[in-house]
Amino acid sequence: MVEITVNGKKYQVDKGITILEACNRLGISIPTLCNDDRLEPYGACRLCVVEIKGRRNLEASCSTKVRDGMEIETHSEKVIKARKEILDLLYSNHPEDCLTCEKAGECKLMDYCYEYGIKKGSYIGEKKKYPIDESNPFYYYDPNKCILCGKCVRVCRDLQGTSAIAFKNRGFNTKVSTPFDMGLATSDCVSCGNCVANCPVGALMPKKPEKFRTWEVKKVKTTCIYCGVGCQMYLLVKGNRVVGVEPARGKANNGLMCVKGRFGYGFINHPDRLKTPLIKRNGKFEEATWEEAYDLIVNKIKEIREKYGPDSLGGLSSAKCTNEENYLFQKMFRALIGTNNVDHCARL
Amino acid sequence: MTNSIEETLNTDLIFIIGSNTTETHPVISTFMKRAIKRGAKLIVADPRRIELSQLADVYLQIKPGTNVALLNGMMNVILEEELYDKEFIEKNTENFEAFREVIKGYTPEVAAQICNVDKEDIIKAARLYARAPKAGIYYTMGVTQHSTGTSGVMSISNLSLLCGNVGKESAGVNPLRGQNNVQGSTDMGAVPTDYPGYQKVFKPEVKEKFEKAWNAKLSGTVGLTVAEMMKEAEKGNLKFMYIMGENPMVSDPDISHVDKALRSLDFLVVQDLFLTETAEYADVVLPASSFAEKDGTFTNTERRVQRVRQGIKPVGNSKPDWQILSDIMKRLGHEKEYSHPSEIMEEIRSVTPQYGGITYERIEEEGLQWPCPDLSHPGTKYLHKDRIMRGKGLFMPIDYRESVETPDEEYPFILTTGRLRYHYHTRTLTGRVEGLNKLQPHSFMEINEATASRLGIADGEKVRVISRRGEIVVTARITDAVDENVLFIPFHFADTRVNYLTHTMDLDEYSKIPELKVTAVKLERIGS
Ligand code: SF4
Ligand code: SF4
Repeated sequence: MVEITVNGKKYQVDKGITILEACNRLGISIPTLCNDDRLEPYGACRLCVVEIKGRRNLEASCSTKVRDGMEIETHSEKVIKARKEILDLLYSNHPEDCLTCEKAGECKLMDYCYEYGIKKGSYIGEKKKYPIDESNPFYYYDPNKCILCGKCVRVCRDLQGTSAIAFKNRGFNTKVSTPFDMGLATSDCVSCGNCVANCPVGALMPKKPEKFRTWEVKKVKTTCIYCGVGCQMYLLVKGNRVVGVEPARGKANNGLMCVKGRFGYGFINHPDRLKTPLIKRNGKFEEATWEEAYDLIVNKIKEIREKYGPDSLGGLSSAKCTNEENYLFQKMFRALIGTNNVDHCARL
Repeated sequence: MTNSIEETLNTDLIFIIGSNTTETHPVISTFMKRAIKRGAKLIVADPRRIELSQLADVYLQIKPGTNVALLNGMMNVILEEELYDKEFIEKNTENFEAFREVIKGYTPEVAAQICNVDKEDIIKAARLYARAPKAGIYYTMGVTQHSTGTSGVMSISNLSLLCGNVGKESAGVNPLRGQNNVQGSTDMGAVPTDYPGYQKVFKPEVKEKFEKAWNAKLSGTVGLTVAEMMKEAEKGNLKFMYIMGENPMVSDPDISHVDKALRSLDFLVVQDLFLTETAEYADVVLPASSFAEKDGTFTNTERRVQRVRQGIKPVGNSKPDWQILSDIMKRLGHEKEYSHPSEIMEEIRSVTPQYGGITYERIEEEGLQWPCPDLSHPGTKYLHKDRIMRGKGLFMPIDYRESVETPDEEYPFILTTGRLRYHYHTRTLTGRVEGLNKLQPHSFMEINEATASRLGIADGEKVRVISRRGEIVVTARITDAVDENVLFIPFHFADTRVNYLTHTMDLDEYSKIPELKVTAVKLERIGS
């Protein structure tokens, strides 16, 4: 442990962590656009600068480690001025379409501009005019909104391990791009959307099959159904429809997902969904009530068990259903029908 | 998995055998790639040159069905060069000498010949594995879907014991479970041999326990597996089937046989989200709600019980599966009624020792890993920590046996099947997601360049693939991912159902798993 002073108050914090991390743990919020605790510090946005007593320059708190006796100011006048300058520059370079931007409500640039009172960019000049890359079926990249925080590039390389994207060009013309600038569809991209989930602004965005504003949706934490990793995720719910999915941090997935879990939710509200029980009569399915269906099933079970014995009945439970459902299924066959003929397709 | 997913990050060696991890468990593969970047070594053994093989220190392109020979060959080297963990074996294992006798016959030369790989690579892999302080083995259906699948699994366990990689962090034996809740449905006793918690149906004391808990008379006879049910149905002995959320008409081997079986039934109930290929055969179809419409739990591949939460109301007139089952059970005389899945979990934990400490309250924030015997237990990150579960780790002397259907003059190729990143199982769900279909619209057959040119098959050409049971037409994709006598077709697609070709002969005698990874086939050009 080391002792540090933040904004005039003394704290004991772990040795070897960064100032940003220490402040996060202490509940002192420092703005940052490029930091992610799963990635190496990058120091690109410099929004997290703080003043350290005895040092002439402001230091990026994401890449400066705490030292015993350090005295830190996170919101001094000098710090605030520097942050305003950075935000002003970023916003001067940004398309001013926040009213219709899909990210509105969850945009970090918007949040910080609000917090630091940046109403408009004071640097007037050329704005970027790149085409939007729409080639991927699930997300798009709008280079004009990109603030070059490098999160997507680092997430794809260091967490996802695919390295499908990289920075191209320098200075004003820098943008995120695929090899040879051929579009995302021709790259090594596996459409996991992990870059998208970490974009702080509206540059990398999921394509929305249904329009919604970020504040209109309820986020419900649940578990992915597409493989045994069990990634934790949020369903984005609007009304009675699932309109999107976002990764959550779980022990097994660390905030990452793959294409199926992330974008494969379209079946939920699909028009093909079965909506009522069906009973086959003369080779054709006819709609029925639950009562009719239940009566028929229960009568058949009783009849067949009576005639041929319980072992003439069998059931396939499902590796896609919950534990509770599997439990009930085998209990039904064992305790109420009287046979151990229960299986599921674990082997397939 | 004996160990946890996040432990992969700190392992010294990853040995992947029979798992295309980047496609089937994409997020686990990200952990692997990070470990490799950090310096962990990688061995890959797979008939296909999968993505991770490019990062491997040793890649073994083994002939399908030769896992046991490869593992025995590696163990032969480890024994010969005395690289094994003597102290661990002495303290924690049994039957070492008998095992050692069998392994003697598998010199690297012998194994290399069977597996059709370079003997030096076997030696190199053996040394790498044995010298790594913490080595984890990862596998999936490439090991299990063989007539000798259980032998493959036991051989993996032998290797892990031999080098003391059991009961150790970042090591272990790690089967990656395919479907989201295979682990859980097996834990819950949805198998013919076990009650929940792997308690055997044929043990009188277990039966008595459940008769008391459930207040019912129970059968002590082991039930039928899926494949056996299909056989008995075809013979007319099984009259009634209830299929919940499964689609055997696409997923099961030898579909023509499944078709006959389902037709022979007196009555079939299918419960699903969509009118699946299997539901077409049903007498009654019950509309089930999706995971987004219900509460519950899934258990992931690292034994972590995690919450499923309801986001929307059931679509249409559908009902959650638990509700449907509860309704039918009531009509069959079940006294207990459940108003919420958490009540079912309460019952589960009262009869399943591994789940004894699992409640919805405890897993609200983060899932718990079983064994979790009581309410104060923190869950188990990796198994066998202080002692091997059954007392002592048992070495199993195992010989290599050939696959059931090996290629011959008439059917000269080995067809192997598997999964793709963009689809799930029989595409009942993913086939209804536009973007996924765009990324992977059709099935295909991987064929080696040399083979294709010998047969005059062009890339993208449609070819007929014929086995002793059936035939399908599929588009050829020329690649060096497979060896000259090996073909690969994914099993997801209903329009090119590869399971018309596969067989159900000689199921693995323990697990009753079909040999989906090895089928003998021949190829015909269409119009030739
Ligand atoms: S979607 Fe995934 S693979 Fe594609 S660029 Fe983003 S992080 Fe990389
Ligand atoms: S998001 Fe992908 S890796 Fe994660 S559980 Fe779902 S299918 Fe598996």
